[in-house]
Amino acid sequence: MTRGITRRTALAAGAGLLAAPPLVREANAQSAFDWKRFAGQRIEVSLTANPRSQILIQNQREFEDMTGIRVGAEAIPEQQHRQKFAIEFASGRPSFDVVGISLHVNKRQVGKARWCTDIRALMADPAITAPDFDFADFGAGAVAYSTQSDGRMDTLPEFTDYFILYYNKELLAAQNVAPPATYDEMYESARRLNDSRRQIYGNVGRGLRNANVVLWSSFLLGTQQRDCINAERQLITDTPDAIWAGEFYKKLLRDCSPPGVSGFNWNESQTTFMQGRAAFWLDGVGFAAPLEDRARSRVAGKVGYAVVPRGPAHHHCAMFGTGFGIAEASQKKGPAWLYLQWATNKTNQLRFLTSGAGSPARTSPYRNEEAISQSRFSREFFATLVESARISRPGLPEIVPVTEFRDTIGAALTSTIGGADVATELKRATDAFRPVLEQSERAG
Amino acid sequence: MAGSTTTLDGAAAGTTPRRRRNYARQYWWFVVPCGAVVLGTIVFPWVFTLYMSLHDYHLGGGQTFAGLDNYRKLIADERFLFSIIRTLYFTALAVVIPMVLGLLAALAFHRKFPMRGLARTVFILPMMATPVAVALVWTMMFHPQLGVLNWLLQQVGLPPSLWVYSPDTVIPTLVMVEVWHWTPLVMLILLGGLASLPVDPYEAAKIDGATPVQAFWHITLPLLAPFLVVALIIRTIDALKAFDTIYVITQGGPGTASETINIFLYLQAFAYYNLGYASAVVVVFFAIIILLAMVLLWTRARVRNA
Repeated sequence: MTRGITRRTALAAGAGLLAAPPLVREANAQSAFDWKRFAGQRIEVSLTANPRSQILIQNQREFEDMTGIRVGAEAIPEQQHRQKFAIEFASGRPSFDVVGISLHVNKRQVGKARWCTDIRALMADPAITAPDFDFADFGAGAVAYSTQSDGRMDTLPEFTDYFILYYNKELLAAQNVAPPATYDEMYESARRLNDSRRQIYGNVGRGLRNANVVLWSSFLLGTQQRDCINAERQLITDTPDAIWAGEFYKKLLRDCSPPGVSGFNWNESQTTFMQGRAAFWLDGVGFAAPLEDRARSRVAGKVGYAVVPRGPAHHHCAMFGTGFGIAEASQKKGPAWLYLQWATNKTNQLRFLTSGAGSPARTSPYRNEEAISQSRFSREFFATLVESARISRPGLPEIVPVTEFRDTIGAALTSTIGGADVATELKRATDAFRPVLEQSERAG
Repeated sequence: MAGSTTTLDGAAAGTTPRRRRNYARQYWWFVVPCGAVVLGTIVFPWVFTLYMSLHDYHLGGGQTFAGLDNYRKLIADERFLFSIIRTLYFTALAVVIPMVLGLLAALAFHRKFPMRGLARTVFILPMMATPVAVALVWTMMFHPQLGVLNWLLQQVGLPPSLWVYSPDTVIPTLVMVEVWHWTPLVMLILLGGLASLPVDPYEAAKIDGATPVQAFWHITLPLLAPFLVVALIIRTIDALKAFDTIYVITQGGPGTASETINIFLYLQAFAYYNLGYASAVVVVFFAIIILLAMVLLWTRARVRNA
C-alpha cells in the first residue's frame, strides 16, 4: 500500500529545502577549506627541546604534505631557547615565524613588548581557520593562561603542566600508608616512611635555587593568600601564609628528604624516585613518562598518581603552561597560523597525552576512552590530570622578572634547608626583590 | 766614477734637492684592514659595553640614561660582592693545586721509566675532554645517593660526602674537577721546561756533593721559573674564566654557594635580561682582571730580570 504526499511530509520537505542552503554552505566550507593556499612557502619554527616538540618534529611531514608549506624546525634546550628568542625578538628581526613560549616564565615579557601577534583576528577569519579547529575544545584555564591582561591572545595554548603527587605504591603499602589528602598528612606519612639507614626517604623534591620556588608556591596555593603578589601587584612573600609555606617546605625537605636535596632539581628528584628511594615526589606531570619505562625505572608499574594534597585553606595545584606564538615581525603569518592549527590539533594533542609527554591544552583527549585504554598509563593517571585541571591555578606570578624572582626567593628557600630561619630569609629575599618588581611594573 | 755614484742625499751629491717621500704614510693603508677588525671586534664592543653600563636597559623594555647608578648598585649588591670573593677563592685553589700537582707530575714524567710514553698519554687524557661533557659525567658521579664517588668512599670505609650538593663542599668539589681537567696542561708546560734545562749545573752540583733536594731547590726551580710563570698566567686566566663546568654542575648553587662573577654576570645578562647592570659587572670584572694581569706580568718581569 502506498501513501500519497501528506501535509506533514510536504511541510517537512519544504523546511528541508529552506534549510538546505546554509547546510550546503557549511558542507562546502568543510570540504573547501584550502590548506594549500600557502603551498610553496617556507616557515621557520623555534621550539623548546622537550618530548612534545619531538612529537611535532617527528610528524611535521603530515603538515608539509597537507599544506605544501616547508617547515624548518629547531628544538633548543629550555634555558638557551628562552635567551635566543628574547634576543632575536629584541633585535626586531627574529629568524623564526613561530615560537614556543613558556607562559609561566615569558608570558608578561612577550606581552609587554608585543613580540607576538594577536591571533584572535586570524582565528576569526574563516578563510584561514579550518572549520574543525574547534577553539571551544581548549580548556578554559589554558586559554586564560594564553591571554594577556589587556585581552590580547598572543599565543595558542599547547600544553598545561600540573603539579601532581607521585607516590611509590610499594613503599606505602609496606607501611600501610594511604596517599595523603592534606599537606599535614603528607608530612606525617613522609616521616613515617623515612628510613635513612636503608637510604629510603619519605620525600624527594626540588631544593635547588630557582627550581625550588614552584614547590614552595604549591604549598602557598593551599593557604588563604594563595598567590605571591596581591591585586595591587605588590610582592607578598614574607607574610604569615608565605612563612607557613616556607616552614612546610623546610621541614619536608630537611626532615624526610635525601641528604644533598638542596642541590636537587627535578632531574635528581626524578632519578631518586625512579630508583625506588623516595615515597613521595611532588612535581610536574610532564615528568611521568620515564617513571613507567621498565628499561630505566625500578618503580615502573608501582607508581601511584594523585592530586596534590589540600592546604590549610584551599585546594589548588600549581599550573604551568606553554603556547605557540607568531612573531609580529613575521611576513608569513598566514602559513604560521596554519602551522599553529596543525600543531595543536586533536591528533597531536592526543599524542601528547597518550605518550606521557604532557597534559594537552585541549579537553577532548581526556575523553578519548579508546586511546586512554591503550595507554601504558593507568586510569588513575588520567583521572589525576582531569581533577588537577579542575583545581589548577598559576604556580608563578605573571611578572616580567620571573627568573630573578625565582632566583631570589629560591636562594632563601635553599638556605632554609640548611637550617636558616624561614621568616628571616623570606624577609631578606622579599626586601631584595621588591625594588626589582616595582621598577619592572613602573616600566610597564 | 764620481758621476756614477748614487746617493740618497741629492743635496750632498750636488743634484736638485728632492722632497723626502714619507713612505710611512703609504704603509698606513696596509694597517687599515687589521685596524678595522680590531676596532670592530675589540674597541667597539668595549665602548658599547661602557655605554650600556651607564644605562638602565632591560631586553624588551626601554633604555634610559642612569649615569653611575649601576655601579652604585653593584657596590651595595651583596650577591655581587660575595661572587667576587668566591671567584678569588675558586681561582686561588684552581691555580695553586694544579701548579703543585703539575710540577710533581712533570718531575715524575721527566724521569725515565718503563712505559713512560703510555703513562704520559693517559695523564693528559682529561685535558682533551670537552668541558661540558666532563661536567655532566662528574654531575652523575657526585649524586649523594646514586653516585659512584660515595660508593667508592663507602668501599674504603669512609663516610659519604655531599660533594656539590652542600654549600660547604661545593667550591672545593668544583676545584677538584678543575684540577683533574687542567693539571695535565701545567704538567705539559713544565715538562717542556724540564727538557730544555742544561745538564751542566747538575753535574757540577753532583761533583760538589749536592743532594737531589738541594739540586731541585737551587737549580731546577730557579731555571724552571719562567715556565712556572707561564703556567701560572695561563692557569689564572683559565680559572678566572671558568664558567662551563660550574654552570653545568651547579648553576651557581646550592643557593648562591658557587656563584662566581661569571655565573652572576651570565644570570644578569641572559636570565634577567638586565643588560645595563650586566655591562657594569663586565667593566668591574675587566678592571679586576687587568689588575691581576699587571701583578702577573710584573712577577714575570722580575723573574726574567732575576
